[in-house]
Amino acid sequence: MKLTAARTTGNVVVYLVLTIGAAFCFLPVFWLARSSVMTLGDIFKYPPILWPVRIRWENFAEAMQASPFLLYFRNTMIVEVPNVLGSLLTASMSAYGLGRFRFPLRNAWFALVLGAIILPPAVVLIPQFLLWSRLHLVNTFFPLTIPVWFGGGAFNVFLLRQFFLTIPKDFDNAARIDGASYWRVYWQIMIPFIQPALLAVGLFQFLFNWNDFFNPLIYLSSKETYTLAIGLRFFIGSYATFWNNLMAASVIVVVPPVIVFLIGQRYFVEGVTLSGIKG
Amino acid sequence: MKRRHLRAEALEAVSGYLFASPVILGLLIWVIGPMIGVLLISLTDWNVLAAPNWVGIRNYVRLFTADLYFWNTLKVTVYYVLLNVVCTTLYSLIVAMLLNQNIRGRGIYRSLFYLPTIVPVVASSALWLWLFNPEFGVLNMILQAAGLPRSLWIASQGTVVPSIVIMSVWSGAGNTIVIFLAALQGVPRELLEAVEIDGGNWWHRFRAITLPMISPVTFFNVVTGLIASFTIFTQSYVMTNGGPNNASLFYVLLLYREGFQRNNIGGAAALSWVLIIIVSILSLLIFSTSRRWVYYEGEQG
Repeated sequence: MKLTAARTTGNVVVYLVLTIGAAFCFLPVFWLARSSVMTLGDIFKYPPILWPVRIRWENFAEAMQASPFLLYFRNTMIVEVPNVLGSLLTASMSAYGLGRFRFPLRNAWFALVLGAIILPPAVVLIPQFLLWSRLHLVNTFFPLTIPVWFGGGAFNVFLLRQFFLTIPKDFDNAARIDGASYWRVYWQIMIPFIQPALLAVGLFQFLFNWNDFFNPLIYLSSKETYTLAIGLRFFIGSYATFWNNLMAASVIVVVPPVIVFLIGQRYFVEGVTLSGIKG
Repeated sequence: MKRRHLRAEALEAVSGYLFASPVILGLLIWVIGPMIGVLLISLTDWNVLAAPNWVGIRNYVRLFTADLYFWNTLKVTVYYVLLNVVCTTLYSLIVAMLLNQNIRGRGIYRSLFYLPTIVPVVASSALWLWLFNPEFGVLNMILQAAGLPRSLWIASQGTVVPSIVIMSVWSGAGNTIVIFLAALQGVPRELLEAVEIDGGNWWHRFRAITLPMISPVTFFNVVTGLIASFTIFTQSYVMTNGGPNNASLFYVLLLYREGFQRNNIGGAAALSWVLIIIVSILSLLIFSTSRRWVYYEGEQG
């Protein structure tokens, strides 16, 4: 009897703390959504009201009018598509090479991949920028879309290699004895096998680029090429007192990745988990 | 027979190199080459306008002895990094342990805890600007309603870093929670029950079993957390622009200003190499002490 009482108290504490934590996570997002459909009059009310008296969808129209978010969306997608494709193809190829072949210096190259994960991208920014500016490609999408075709990011290579290591060696051996080329083994046997991990990598890459602020800030210098992240930053600069419009603009930037996350949640959690557990 | 074996080995090596060639080329072109390049540039006085001259270690000397911002930047960055890693790690571990209990609605809770991680940093910066607003922000309204004094949040030198940490815990803990949760699920039940049979309470279970069993993952989270925190940029660039009074002028923001606003390419390159050295030392420190506190299964412990 005493034990169940203790258990119940314990349970209440667990739920209470979890709910406080979940509220800490959720309420700011709720505040974002709620402020995005309010009139300025409602927004500055004290004490604050939880939900608008009148839903004001015009905030979105005004935000879109003030800033070409459709153009920014298009630009973001121009960056996204090659990034996702490039990381899927070249990270899986590289991980296959590093994970399932024996060749001289293989471990040294893999050690460098691990080192590249730890290296903050900002430290190689200056020479990379000078290279792109020497090629006259600053303020184009090339600096944001070409590098990913060289291995698709060290972290993705690491993640996929961990996955390749879990596939029994007999799989490729059997196919090789049947006369399949290494490319066919990769394309027809390995790729289907690592599909869940590939989905996770695609999602990571998509969210990374959606979130990326630093690189577009460095390389894109005119409104015609801005991505959503940069466009929103300039919106903040000029509309910082129109909180309802600013929140509406933010909602425009937040909704796509949230939808993508909800669809791909399962693969996502698997991917994050794998990265930490086997690391 | 032996020759054929050799040929197969050579074919495997060549194919392996071909498959790995994207990442190998990528490391050479985007990592190793630029690292050498940035070292060479850091030894010049390059500033876009004039041709660079060789100046030896003058940029480094200036940085350590004469730069107006360097030491302050290092101080506020380290302050942010330590506070953020400690808070995020503790918060994530507590949440993950609670989620690991036999609770209803775990999936919903997990999604809620992950939600902020999906919000792009620029958007969350806009949102937290609004929440932190000293006059109309909801945080001060909550404080006031609770009878507590208002805060200036990111508008005051003393509170700007802790405020950004609150925001960083909010947006950065999602991944750490998921990783901790997976590790906790891997802790063998028998071991926990054994402690219980011996009369141990939850603290004994945590201290003797859980903490050692999840230490490799804690290690992973701390390393990635330290390095990610060291390169914080967007939050301060968007929300405070390094202020007030340079109290949130973090390292990468200083580097960005030197290189892209003051056109002091040589100085920015020197800052880059100092950051490479800091991150390397940090990693070495953690890796060398890890033997003492990270428990790997199957190892003599």
